[in-house]
Amino acid sequence: MKKVLIPLVLFFGLVVFLAVGLKRDPREIPSPLVGKPAPAFSLPTLAGDKPFSPADLKGQVWMFNVWATWCVACREEHPLLVAFSKTQSVPIVGLSYKEIQAADQANGPLSDDAKLSLARERSLRFLQRQGDPYKLSVMDLDGSVGINYGVYGVPETYVIDREGIIRYKQVGPVTPELLETKLLPLIRELEKS
Amino acid sequence: MKRLCLLLALCVSTVWAGEAQPMAQNPQVEARLVVIAEELRCLVCQNESLASSHAELAEDLRREVRKLIQQGMTDAQIKTYLVERYGDIVLYRQPVKPLTWPLWFGPFALLLLAVWGLLRYLRQRKALVQQRMSETDHAQAESLLKE
Repeated sequence: MKKVLIPLVLFFGLVVFLAVGLKRDPREIPSPLVGKPAPAFSLPTLAGDKPFSPADLKGQVWMFNVWATWCVACREEHPLLVAFSKTQSVPIVGLSYKEIQAADQANGPLSDDAKLSLARERSLRFLQRQGDPYKLSVMDLDGSVGINYGVYGVPETYVIDREGIIRYKQVGPVTPELLETKLLPLIRELEKS
Repeated sequence: MKRLCLLLALCVSTVWAGEAQPMAQNPQVEARLVVIAEELRCLVCQNESLASSHAELAEDLRREVRKLIQQGMTDAQIKTYLVERYGDIVLYRQPVKPLTWPLWFGPFALLLLAVWGLLRYLRQRKALVQQRMSETDHAQAESLLKE
């Protein structure tokens, strides 16, 4: 009797392993940056006033959202961010990530100034139409700041605490569930400390 | 005089070396880039290496690695630089640490377990066979075979 059960137990053990393996998303990569200081940078803003760097927001809890007008999933999460910015006081800083793509330069490479102005024009038009949840947006045209933040799939959202430490990283669109169950409780807790 | 000549010759050579080369045309940098990039995973299409991927991010990261090579970083430093940003997953060869012990040693543990199981089974079977073949059985079998 016992011997008959052994393959059965082994089989169900295997089933459990495979089921867990199937449910896991290989694209969800734990970021090594959580718990580390947000990488410093200084980038021109979308509005064109003085450059922004993360140190400007020291002492505040804030969200850093990587987006682009070409990014379909960003459009998906955009209304949620707009609604969030209307009800919450947490500032969201946008990182306009590689707004100018290879297709934009099919007719020959653009100069840096031309890229910046085209990116600004396009982003502003998008925000005027869809609503602007951002306190400000910074322009990362070549994606080098993105590399420092380990960006590999837009949109991405970071929660950064008063000391400038990254406390959370979300790859892919923010969902209402995530906002309610993870981001807001985390932000409230960080704001208390 | 000889020294002066040598010095002059050296100056000339450094001037030549100092001339900026377009990045993609420096074969040494490119060769190193390929070696490093083959060991790195593209994060967008996770089953491709950074060397073979056509994803835009892979292109950016190759550019970044090229820049780091030119800054004089060693291969290990460049890999650490990327791991600090993207995590261990960028490496095809995972580092040996408690979390990856099952990955590195699991197959050997399973092999040992299988060998142990096999030995146990064989010993049991041998005992069983010996037990079953009693003297009378043996004689009977022999007589049957002779017929």
